[in-house]
Amino acid sequence: MSDGEIIGSYIVPVHPHTYLVPEQNPGWTKLREAFDEAALRIKNSEADLLIIYSTTWPSIIGHQIQADPNPEWVMVDHDFHDLGSIPYSFNIDSEFANAWNEANHQRGLKSRTVNYYGFPIDVGSVVALKLLNPDNAIPAVIVSSNVYANRSETSVMAKACLDVVRSTGRKAIAITAMSLSNRMFTENIDPADDKIHSLKDDEWNCKILELMEKGRLEDVGQLSRTIQKQIRIRKVVAFKPMWWLSAINDNRNDLTGEVLAYEAIHGAGAAVIHLDPASCGTGDKEYDEDDVEYFHGDRSVLDSNDSEDAAIDKNTEAIDEVTTAEENGPALWEPTMADGSVNTDSAPKPVGAYPHARRVGDLLYLSGVGPRQAVTNSIPGGPIHDENGEPLDYDIKAQTQAVIDNIASILEEAGSSLDQVIDVTTFLVDMKRDFQGYNEVWAETLGKIGPTRTTLAIRALPTPIAVEMKVIAQLLE
Amino acid sequence: MKITALAESDKDPHPLRHDMAKGRIVAGCIAPHPPHLVYAENPDQNEPTSEGGWEQLRWGYERLRESLSEIDHDVIVILSPHWQTYVGTHFLGLENFQSLSVDPVFPNLFRYHYDLNVDVELAKQIHDNAEKAGLAVKMMENPDFRVDYGTITTGHLFNPKWDKPLVVISSNRSTDYYSAEVMQEMMIELGRITRETIEESGKKAIILASNSLSHRHFTTESEIPEDMSKEHIASHAMHLWDMRIIDYIRSGQTQRILDEMPEFIEQAIAESDGGGLSWLISALNTPDYPAILHGYGTIIGTGNAVVEWPCYKHEEESQ
Repeated sequence: MSDGEIIGSYIVPVHPHTYLVPEQNPGWTKLREAFDEAALRIKNSEADLLIIYSTTWPSIIGHQIQADPNPEWVMVDHDFHDLGSIPYSFNIDSEFANAWNEANHQRGLKSRTVNYYGFPIDVGSVVALKLLNPDNAIPAVIVSSNVYANRSETSVMAKACLDVVRSTGRKAIAITAMSLSNRMFTENIDPADDKIHSLKDDEWNCKILELMEKGRLEDVGQLSRTIQKQIRIRKVVAFKPMWWLSAINDNRNDLTGEVLAYEAIHGAGAAVIHLDPASCGTGDKEYDEDDVEYFHGDRSVLDSNDSEDAAIDKNTEAIDEVTTAEENGPALWEPTMADGSVNTDSAPKPVGAYPHARRVGDLLYLSGVGPRQAVTNSIPGGPIHDENGEPLDYDIKAQTQAVIDNIASILEEAGSSLDQVIDVTTFLVDMKRDFQGYNEVWAETLGKIGPTRTTLAIRALPTPIAVEMKVIAQLLE
Repeated sequence: MKITALAESDKDPHPLRHDMAKGRIVAGCIAPHPPHLVYAENPDQNEPTSEGGWEQLRWGYERLRESLSEIDHDVIVILSPHWQTYVGTHFLGLENFQSLSVDPVFPNLFRYHYDLNVDVELAKQIHDNAEKAGLAVKMMENPDFRVDYGTITTGHLFNPKWDKPLVVISSNRSTDYYSAEVMQEMMIELGRITRETIEESGKKAIILASNSLSHRHFTTESEIPEDMSKEHIASHAMHLWDMRIIDYIRSGQTQRILDEMPEFIEQAIAESDGGGLSWLISALNTPDYPAILHGYGTIIGTGNAVVEWPCYKHEEESQ
């Protein structure tokens, strides 16, 4: 069996107007035509599976995956019940749903399948499936949007899905049912008067669409928190689908994007967007957030360092009782100041009373540098054990690269650079497991510069990391 | 209009001088809707079965039912935070609804066959008066509509015989759209309208705010959902907020609840963000007499109180 793959992605609006009453507004008609065009493209593709991530299906206990092979009911929207009813009977790939659920567990996620007669399929999924797959020719699977999930949980859940797509040889279409700006008019309006709720919402929507048309999906994903703050009302389900959609597309920034329609539905930003996996040729990322392969329950570790977000995240963390790298290790200190000290906000905080580096003559002596991240204290590649000391899987290459990046930050603060490193002592907690991966990253980085090196196996480090380096470097002349 | 408090001129200066021919609210309750309580009870209408659990709250509901068993009433008015509407406040507008309610979050616990009657006349009267007052409102008249599980759960726990008609009011999400202050302004107005409409109607009503207090869930479920060794409040901060609100409830300080509502919602992620508690307090004319706490307990980490403001009793004692 050939490897499965994502052969296309679509972003579609959630409200029932496009299905029930498209004729009542010219914009709704255009959206319906765009839905029809998307349906035609899907029909003419090799797709054998539709995967829907719906923002109108919130969940609390992890993620839920629809596994009823033939869910049937009549859906009526809680707000727009006067527009009519939508009877549905869908073809769900329950085998895939169960495999995805298992893959989630293997990646450390909480999830479960639901297979109950009468389960209320949400409006976003119903509209998407009715319009994109009108004859049920292609089996589908639907996943909820967890109200507490952050980027890492959402992204890992997408990767687990991709694992199953690949291992089962599926040719899958990924679909997010979502609004762009989601502020609706809070009063009944004449359909003829529909428009985007505000100029600000419209400008942000257009910014998102411009990025989409350039295939810059990962950039939109990394802007997700900013978008949520700017044009999304504070509902329980945030602007998460872009995290999911980007991760299931391998966090790519070079897709071929096409906006099939962009209109208002009762004030909310509604767009039908097609993202083709064919490369459009560009791909550099505007941002570079951590990527996570395995979920450790580390909610908030990837969140923005924006002050307002940080304040919110701090509250959330306190409530969550979640495990962050900071909790899974000693307390953090402010770096000490003395004559010749060099400290920077771009490096992780010390775990004791010492500076990041000290300048003596034309030499720089760095304190031991680990892979922890400066603001979030997260550990790229994951911590080596949890707060109870239970071992966890981790990526030594990611940790090693993060150590070298931190060294570079400290050196730059001191007016030096990585190519001025003259001697390194490396400490590994598991020589047998990690030496090879560490050595490979070294060869591609410091190995090309040529400092002397000593590598030691030690029993433990103060934080749950696998590698630390002690560096001596020259100042730039 | 003040935002977080009723202006003195808005308060009924003689709340107890009721013409007994007029309708009135005979009791107001906080009646939370966790499906776990129905699951634990194993009623015939619910498909899943359990070994019990959450007894403290279920006993609280028993005490509430007992307390009101002799109180004559014609209708039960519920504001449910799980019928979430963004375009105004909606009212069930057909006489009967029958269907299967499956909780989209806990389908393993709640798949309930319901058959409920609606007092459409009173619902329409409240709707019309709210519209006259400038609130955005809509009657829900689609026969295929499935009533939200919050209404069904509270309806069952409060009145398992289902022998009284309901008025069901949706939760307008103005907290999300604007702020807790704007939500309160709207819900205080809707509460006043609800009270005055009930008085005009000549009916005796019990009104229910179907919401929990602190609302931080656990994100995992134990293998046996009713395993009470796993149940506790989500955090100490949530407990402190719950006890603070309960203290106000028990000491007749409902104005302070309204005053502190924005902080309560923000810090305790309180389900009263849906407007139910503000609406209830306003409909009861911001009572300054103690309410009865029939029970308190946690459900997957959230704080839940079963509370009764015995308006009938307060009136009798005051006359």
